[in-house]
Amino acid sequence: MSVLLFTIIVLAGAFLAGLVGSLTGLGGGVVIIPLLTLGLGVDIHYAIGASIISVIATSSGSAAAYVKEGITNIRIGMFLEIATTISAVLGAVVTVYINPGYIAVLFGAILLFSAVMMVRKKVDHSDDNSTGVLANFFKLNGSYPTAAGTVQYGVHNVVGGFLMMFVAGVISGLLGIGSGALKVLAMDNIMRLPFKVSTTTSNFMMGVTAAASAIVYLHRGQIDPGIAMPVTLGVLTGATVGSKLLVKMNTDKLKIVFAIVVTFLALQMIYNGLAGKL
Amino acid sequence: MKKTGKHYLADKDIQVILGTLLRVGVIASMAVVFVGAVLYLVVYHSDTVDYHQFNPRKTEYSSISAIFQGLSRLDSKAIIQFGTVLLIFTPVTRIVFSIFSFLIERDYLYVIIGLFVLCIILISLSNKLVG
Repeated sequence: MSVLLFTIIVLAGAFLAGLVGSLTGLGGGVVIIPLLTLGLGVDIHYAIGASIISVIATSSGSAAAYVKEGITNIRIGMFLEIATTISAVLGAVVTVYINPGYIAVLFGAILLFSAVMMVRKKVDHSDDNSTGVLANFFKLNGSYPTAAGTVQYGVHNVVGGFLMMFVAGVISGLLGIGSGALKVLAMDNIMRLPFKVSTTTSNFMMGVTAAASAIVYLHRGQIDPGIAMPVTLGVLTGATVGSKLLVKMNTDKLKIVFAIVVTFLALQMIYNGLAGKL
Repeated sequence: MKKTGKHYLADKDIQVILGTLLRVGVIASMAVVFVGAVLYLVVYHSDTVDYHQFNPRKTEYSSISAIFQGLSRLDSKAIIQFGTVLLIFTPVTRIVFSIFSFLIERDYLYVIIGLFVLCIILISLSNKLVG
């Protein structure tokens, strides 16, 4: 395949990945890695390197908008980044020593989990009980503006959330994805933050977490300009268009369709990983 | 109550600056990648791609010093990698800025937390981690 054709195919695929990723909240990495490996026969280590760069681009781009709205809890973000950066570097260092087949299987499992998280009905567990000792020590309790005025919220189970973030960081470093589904799980269900705060704060942290592992990938030669370029430009453009469309459309049906596609991709990744084809 | 209001205002200013910083970083790095991409396609468009097997030695620009050397030759691949490095450092700059803003707020606990996160990223910059 010529460089020109490869670039055009990846650009188009990455655009779609970014578009659907931002409309469904799943992110672009989950589609781009199967596209590169299953679709174009690219080695999974190159796919991981390209994907992490697109994660930094999309998360920084959307964090820019969220941060200005004053919803992001910067203290929670910074505090949990201790866990995610250490573990992301660990994951990125270890990833090349693992059989690519196992990485593909793990990737498939995370894809399945993310698909379930996407269609699952979310329950807001947040409250304004701000008596947690660690939450007070680290000044994590906060407030955010809504149409009905400022809402106060308390942070629960800081230790549990911190440990879950450690897992999210390892996965992010191993697979080159943002692992937003795991981060939101830690914040929604364990630390019991309001949705808006958990989504925007998770997104805010993603850039730093991804930067930590991206530097390791760069030194190892996993970031090839010929792949990273179309992936990053495509995903970022797609995500930007997606965020504009998001305000105007109902994405419930799209999420179900996308969950089916993602499940199919996940099974393909697991099958190919077990069969030793990746 | 007055104190919390003031605190919120300061946080708000910081958030606006942070948002602008992130946006400028993303736009600037993507512009560099785009310029590199155009040059890259002009030079290499008819070459054959081969990414079937990961080979660490094949990637020419895998360190920041190598990227700068390539940049001085205006090599298209080095320009793309430079844009990528700018992008990687966008969230890192955000941490540095946050450390200063916590310093101004005299929130020393968060100055330390920020420095700690920055250190982890600086450690990842050393080549020793990649055997």
